[in-house]
Amino acid sequence: MRNPYQPYPVRIDAVTVETEDRNLKTFRFTFLDPGDEERFAYRAGQFAELSIAGKGEIPIGIASSPTEKGFVMFTVNKVGLVSSHLHTMRAGDVMGIRGPLGNWYPWERMEGKNVVIIGGGFAFTTLRSSIVYMLDPQNRGRFGEIHVIYGARTPGMLLYREELAAWERRDDIRMHITVDATNDPGWKYHVGFVPAITEKKAPPAGEDTFAIICGPPIMIKFTLPVLEKLGYPNDRIIMSLENRMKCGIGMCGRCNIGKEFVCKDGPVFTLEQLNRTPREY
Amino acid sequence: MRMLLIDRRAWQEGLKRAAGQYGLIGPVKEKEFHSFRPLKPGEMPDLAFQNSRLSPKHVVYPQTEPMFAYTLDETREDRHLLKEVRREIPPRAVVGIRPCDAKAFVLVRLNFDTPDVQDPYWLRAYEATTFIGMGCNAPCSSCFCTTAGCGPFHEEGLDLLLADLGEAFAAKVLTPKGEAFARAAGWTAEAPAGAQSAFQERARAAEGRITSFVQTEHLKSIPVNDLYNASFWEEVSFSCINCGTCTYSCPTCWCFDIQDETRGKSGVRLRLWDSCMYPLFTLHGSGHNPRGTKLHRVRQRFMHKLKYFVEKYDRGIQCVGCGRCVRLCPVNIDIRRVCNMMNGFAVSGEACAIP
Repeated sequence: MRNPYQPYPVRIDAVTVETEDRNLKTFRFTFLDPGDEERFAYRAGQFAELSIAGKGEIPIGIASSPTEKGFVMFTVNKVGLVSSHLHTMRAGDVMGIRGPLGNWYPWERMEGKNVVIIGGGFAFTTLRSSIVYMLDPQNRGRFGEIHVIYGARTPGMLLYREELAAWERRDDIRMHITVDATNDPGWKYHVGFVPAITEKKAPPAGEDTFAIICGPPIMIKFTLPVLEKLGYPNDRIIMSLENRMKCGIGMCGRCNIGKEFVCKDGPVFTLEQLNRTPREY
Repeated sequence: MRMLLIDRRAWQEGLKRAAGQYGLIGPVKEKEFHSFRPLKPGEMPDLAFQNSRLSPKHVVYPQTEPMFAYTLDETREDRHLLKEVRREIPPRAVVGIRPCDAKAFVLVRLNFDTPDVQDPYWLRAYEATTFIGMGCNAPCSSCFCTTAGCGPFHEEGLDLLLADLGEAFAAKVLTPKGEAFARAAGWTAEAPAGAQSAFQERARAAEGRITSFVQTEHLKSIPVNDLYNASFWEEVSFSCINCGTCTYSCPTCWCFDIQDETRGKSGVRLRLWDSCMYPLFTLHGSGHNPRGTKLHRVRQRFMHKLKYFVEKYDRGIQCVGCGRCVRLCPVNIDIRRVCNMMNGFAVSGEACAIP
């Protein structure tokens, strides 16, 4: 019997400070046993438990894409015991990763469709995974238009800034970067909250367009009515939830919304599914 | 189905014999109350009890259980790596378990043994255990097992079911595990027809002594959000002090926490019982808590047992009617009343709470 609580041993391969407040760092891991990389085969949208002996585990969305080989990557906000300790760790340190866990964005359903990705703040991690996945030359032809609406408080709080700039230069993805405010006179992109930019820039709704939305509760709260006004059907609005988790495999009992476990039946749900269940997240 | 007759002497001698092959666990009176614990050599289970104060779920699912061990000693090659702690569990038998508590393991198994993931700690312990049930001749006034998918002589989850006939026990052999235990105990005498009918008679009489019931037939079909938004939760949760007694004493509550405990340079990752009654259970790192009020938490407990579980597994409610939470709740919150209110919701709406 495989022990589902046993993490794969990994080594931190690189640490990048993502944001100007230094609260977000990206950790790149390589598996100590190269065979584990295959066993960890994942889809964009899944998460894993980062496991530090003596501290505990935290559920974090996978920021790397399944198309990127040789490493896995996670961007972690410094919040509690485990994440704060992780922020003190350096390249070469050994820890564990348990997963992949949960479901993923509905890639099969979205095949041949337009996709608008709407993200805010540090919830952009599995969205990065999704963008890199869709832009992979093997995959780009399988999707229609790709729009990305991504906002942060300030330019310095945007994640993956070099990649954002590179995507801006491409013609097969439409980027709509925004910040709440900036005093940078050279700022070339939008200023304004994500819901307002969504209203202006989101592609027209229809059977052929999916919206994936991921961000802080306040952004979700004001973006959903915009999408509804634009005519996006509830089963075309895809959301990824977070809840406190321990086991990550649907057993410990805390992350449920109704009978669904965010860790196992989610974290990805359509708005239609969420409307049918108590929304305790 | 085979039925054995075990007289008092054969019972005592049989348990002594079986102890050579099984670790025996049974009810023992300690201070005021009975609890299930390993029997000492020669010690007999004390069957003069209605039921143990706490459920015997710890036999399979200890309140605290090491999952992994690790070292933080930087000079060691294996530092920071988690090594599975494998509890060696030789065959053991729980002697005298009540049918409700045995059935509870069957329900809990649905959580720990799923088609795609299995919990090795729970499952190994469960599989190593033989359950020797003792039918309830005298159920408590707060027992409502017969309407909770169970009963005083319910067989599900048991390997042997005994009826106390006074001079002797009649034992129904329910599984190969039960057969093996009977063999180890040397119980071979077939029950004569009289004992067989006495067994049935005890079971019927016991069922007749259950005087407390729940209604569950509408729980599955009432829309989940209607029940969730029902106005009675305010009143149901008003007196709750979130002490968690209900969840700790419940044989079907399985929620747990995982914690690392380090001493010096080494430590263990533990699994511990947790409770949906506690605010920390769902508190996010950000400070947000999706079940931040006691109303949320009380509602979660009842909705889980009486609605989410019912819908998810279609195996009835996540309750066996043992009545422990009813007896032990310090503020008299009664799952029977809440169950009937929920079940009556479709019919009576918000009009009245069924007392």
